[in-house]
Amino acid sequence: MSSGRPRRAVWLRLHTLLVFLFLYAPIAILVAFSFNQTSQTAVWRGFTLEWYRKLLSNDVLLGTVRNSLIVGAAATVLSTVLGTLAALALGRHRFRGEGATRSLLYLPIIIPEVVVGAALVTFFGVAGFRLSLLTVVIAHVVFSISYVAIVVRARLSGFDRSLEEAALDLGARPVQTFFRVTLPLILPGVVAGALLVFTISIDDYVITSFVAGVGATTLPLQIYSMLKVGVTPEVNAVSTLLLAATVVLILLAQRLQQPPPERPEG
Amino acid sequence: MSRGDERSRAAYPLILPTWVVLGVFFLLPLGVLLVISFGQRGTYGGLRPIGDLGAYLLSGKFLSQYARSLHPIYLQIFWRSLWMAVVTTGVCLLVSYPVAYYIALIAAARRRNLLLGLVVIPFWTSFLIRTYAWMFILRTEGLANRLLMAAGLTSHPLELLYNDFSVLIGLVYGELPFMILPLYASLEKLDRTLLEASADLGASARETFRRVTVPLTAPGIAAGIVLVFVPSLGQFIVSDLLGGAKTILAGNLVQNQFAVARNKPFGSAIAFEVTAAVLLLLLGYAVWTRRRGEDVLL
Repeated sequence: MSSGRPRRAVWLRLHTLLVFLFLYAPIAILVAFSFNQTSQTAVWRGFTLEWYRKLLSNDVLLGTVRNSLIVGAAATVLSTVLGTLAALALGRHRFRGEGATRSLLYLPIIIPEVVVGAALVTFFGVAGFRLSLLTVVIAHVVFSISYVAIVVRARLSGFDRSLEEAALDLGARPVQTFFRVTLPLILPGVVAGALLVFTISIDDYVITSFVAGVGATTLPLQIYSMLKVGVTPEVNAVSTLLLAATVVLILLAQRLQQPPPERPEG
Repeated sequence: MSRGDERSRAAYPLILPTWVVLGVFFLLPLGVLLVISFGQRGTYGGLRPIGDLGAYLLSGKFLSQYARSLHPIYLQIFWRSLWMAVVTTGVCLLVSYPVAYYIALIAAARRRNLLLGLVVIPFWTSFLIRTYAWMFILRTEGLANRLLMAAGLTSHPLELLYNDFSVLIGLVYGELPFMILPLYASLEKLDRTLLEASADLGASARETFRRVTVPLTAPGIAAGIVLVFVPSLGQFIVSDLLGGAKTILAGNLVQNQFAVARNKPFGSAIAFEVTAAVLLLLLGYAVWTRRRGEDVLL
């Protein structure tokens, strides 16, 4: 440890503390005021769960939660299967178009969301798709495959191939080997990818706003239109719930992605 | 790595579904958008049919949307988007480097994962809600104004929202984790003995930082710049919520042409200009990284 420069370390520590304060204070304030008794000002008037009670009786809002869950679940299942297969292809095989595939997988993440949204809604119009929950699911799958492929690919790179070879030598068929050996080994990566994608899906606003048809309003779209009208404690309450859900999902995904405990260095 | 060097056919069933999905629902839509950017808006917001394609192409009219985007009104919006992205990236870099340095090199090893986790959580939580948090704080009846008034700095609430400053706060707040993480990744790999060697050879702390630490962490700096600059350039939510009608960026312009103005050809042309800017930057980054003989961090 560099204990020779304690003064510099103190400044760096203070700076880091301030940055963490900057990152977390706004969220903390948002959450705190979801329990505030008044809807008018930023004055604390006492604790209440009234805004949460109001949410639970807001049928429109609950409907959008349902839509978000349906889209999230469908997009997660589809993109997890596709992304995992793509990661296996990239991690295990050499094939024609490998480099192009790699670039192709980065593009949906890199190209600005407004552009992807505009392209999809135009395409759906030209191809005669009616905007609905289905078009939202398709859009989410498009940007989710990449995340799953990247996470699973990372997991594959530390993979002991000899286990599969052993299974094949012992007479297991390739399909058996995949389900009994390969899949269990990469499963943490697959589940982590799925959790991340589910989180991104239930959070997405920009692309969804382009491709959601009438009756396909998701929770972020509903939140957006609520806060365009005016800031209310209800928005804080629903935001708090969404934040809590994503934090739980992220912590789970983190857990699963963590490599086995490192050996202490010599 | 134990993957075969020969091309194997077994890859195709695995990769084909992804090719089909991304081909049909990603590349094809981008192609459609590109074609439309060469068209003209019809009377009712649709596309005007083109009678004679050859004559249309020869007249150069197919470039008219791009020509229109060069009008000073739009150039000003592009300029502001670019400027906002540059400032956001600069501020993020200055703020993040010390944080990443602290987590990677100074904090106790057992604390490192916790600190890193604290950076990762906002990285993944809803951008929309994190932007809303600032709307909640900066609005006229918000906490910031109450604090300012309580401190006697102002007698009446200030208009803190809907200006370039509030948009910048939102952008920096939103993109900060994207800068800290790549910086941390490259600082963590830094060989500490080099820092000690530099100090032993008589370099001051400042000199060591400038001539050893910064050059060795250049890949992380470059990756961070790309990761922050690219989303800032195409930003939509922050400028819409915190900038109101006053601070329009390129992303809002695209959205507006599709949702409000119903001028798809013009919206498509701007979309491609933004995309081209992003891709050029990434190309530059890839070339730079390859020339240094390093792995692309992204």
